[in-house]
Amino acid sequence: MSKPKKEIKGGNVSSGKWGYLFILPFFIAYTFCTLIPQLMTFYNSLFMNYRDGLTQVGPKFVGLQNYITLFTPDNSGSIGILKYFGNTIVLWLMGAVPQIVIAMLLAVFFTSYRLNIKGQQFFKTVIYMPNLIMASAFSMLFFTLFSPVGPVNQVLLASGWADKAIDFLNIKVSVRLLISLMNFLMWFGNTTILLMAGIQGIDQSLFEAAQIDGANSWQIFFKVTMPLLSPILVYTVITAMIGGLQMFDVPQILTNGRGMPNRSSMTMVMYLNNYLTTSKNYGMAGAVSVVLFIISAVLSLVVYSSLSKQYKEPKRHRKY
Amino acid sequence: MRNNEESERGRLHLMITRIVVYAILIFLSFLCLFFFYMLIINSTRSNAELQAGFSALPQGHFIENFKNAWTDASINIPRGMLNSFIIASCTAVLTTYFSALTAYGIHIYDFKLKKPAFLFIMAVMMIPPQVSAVGFIQLMFKLKLTNNYLPLIVPSIAAPVVFFYMKQYMESVLPIEIVESARIDGASEFRTFNQIVLPVMKPAIAVQMIFSFVQSWNNYFIPALLLDKAEMKTVPIMIAQLRSADYSKFDMGKVYMFILLAILPVLIVYLILSKFIIKGVTAGAVKG
Repeated sequence: MSKPKKEIKGGNVSSGKWGYLFILPFFIAYTFCTLIPQLMTFYNSLFMNYRDGLTQVGPKFVGLQNYITLFTPDNSGSIGILKYFGNTIVLWLMGAVPQIVIAMLLAVFFTSYRLNIKGQQFFKTVIYMPNLIMASAFSMLFFTLFSPVGPVNQVLLASGWADKAIDFLNIKVSVRLLISLMNFLMWFGNTTILLMAGIQGIDQSLFEAAQIDGANSWQIFFKVTMPLLSPILVYTVITAMIGGLQMFDVPQILTNGRGMPNRSSMTMVMYLNNYLTTSKNYGMAGAVSVVLFIISAVLSLVVYSSLSKQYKEPKRHRKY
Repeated sequence: MRNNEESERGRLHLMITRIVVYAILIFLSFLCLFFFYMLIINSTRSNAELQAGFSALPQGHFIENFKNAWTDASINIPRGMLNSFIIASCTAVLTTYFSALTAYGIHIYDFKLKKPAFLFIMAVMMIPPQVSAVGFIQLMFKLKLTNNYLPLIVPSIAAPVVFFYMKQYMESVLPIEIVESARIDGASEFRTFNQIVLPVMKPAIAVQMIFSFVQSWNNYFIPALLLDKAEMKTVPIMIAQLRSADYSKFDMGKVYMFILLAILPVLIVYLILSKFIIKGVTAGAVKG
């Protein structure tokens, strides 16, 4: 059943023709759906181009004017983009710090032979579940539960803990807390599972050796687990950061796109979205995108170098 | 004697630690389940019952709420679910097939641009999709592709994260001998991929299909900018519509039902396949 030699040769592993052919669809799709749009975005940021009611203004080349506008203080003296960048960082930190600390704790619990936790599959199933739930629906649920006429206020009023309904969605602290709580719930399970895999990847004999040498649990954690886990931990933190930068669905739905109160929960992508919806202000939206791109490119470089150094693990883009 | 005492103390210590650990786990599980429990309870209560006060027990209006939500005139949820389903399934199929194809191309063949191509995909992996949104939206408006499924499906052909997962998986499970023996048997390169390689990749494809389906089902940012016709809207857009309406005039039982319907398909799939899905989260990590 020998086939003509020619065919075998044509299909040799070193034949690059097929390689190019197989990766072609990816690169065509990437070029038209991401690369060209990306360049168009950059290009747009140099133009005045928006809709004012029914009239279209521009496109007219204005150089860096959009960037200057972006960083010029408004009437109240605050610079919009810096404020929204600050909001994004605060909201991210409020969710991500407990997320990573608790995930670390749970990962250590689950992997401890000494503790020997029962029902792991159940706990993992439950804590991972919110990660797959539609962020906008989750956010809408929180809105209905915490609205002035929602069940939370009903309980507060009925039990006498509050004498009038608390408008959780108009208080800076409570809006931020609700957003961070949702983000925390959506992501701590995922982080736990990733860190668990990291701990399980550590050579067990190192733990045993430390134990024989008389190290206690804290010493084992800080002197063995943490240092060996640090590459994956750095990776988790930075990918979470890039995800946090994209925070949109949760605050957008919870505050109906207004980032209330007083735009204190308006994130970078919500700001971008505002320029894209009604006014179709491609110029300003382009400038905001470029700023976002620069921030995430810097973060990507850090991930990329840590990734190529030690640890390999893909993570989906976080969606809020 | 002293040894006994020490082990006694150690055992007590371990027991206390265990109790604390279980308490933390139960508290966190409660936190994760509580809001969904409230959602399900509230979807069984009528508007009047919901206005009257809080209850932790279900009542008998589930079917009624379902009928009201399903036949609502302004929010066509069955249509929305159909749209979301079409977009998400096509996305899941395209993204896994082409990611596997790309990964195979880079994994098996040697060519001049192999390394640059790989490095390029790795480099763009972390760029948030929102960054190119402005140009993408503009392009779609120019091409008159708004209110169309295509701009929400076709970009998934180029998914760097799925590609990376497939590449990692191939490195661990795809021996070159399989490919070579298929070649000796005279199979063409393309057929080898479809008939030999894809079956080997089944577990990775299944996992990534689930993840990309869920991600597409939940996706809100780009679809909201491209779909404004009622019959083209996807579920997250309808949820946002619900939020921007004057909720005080709404039948709240119906609102909870809408939210439940939005998450139900994913929830059911998750409850059936949770073990498999959770394994999938770390499959890359363990094999990397």
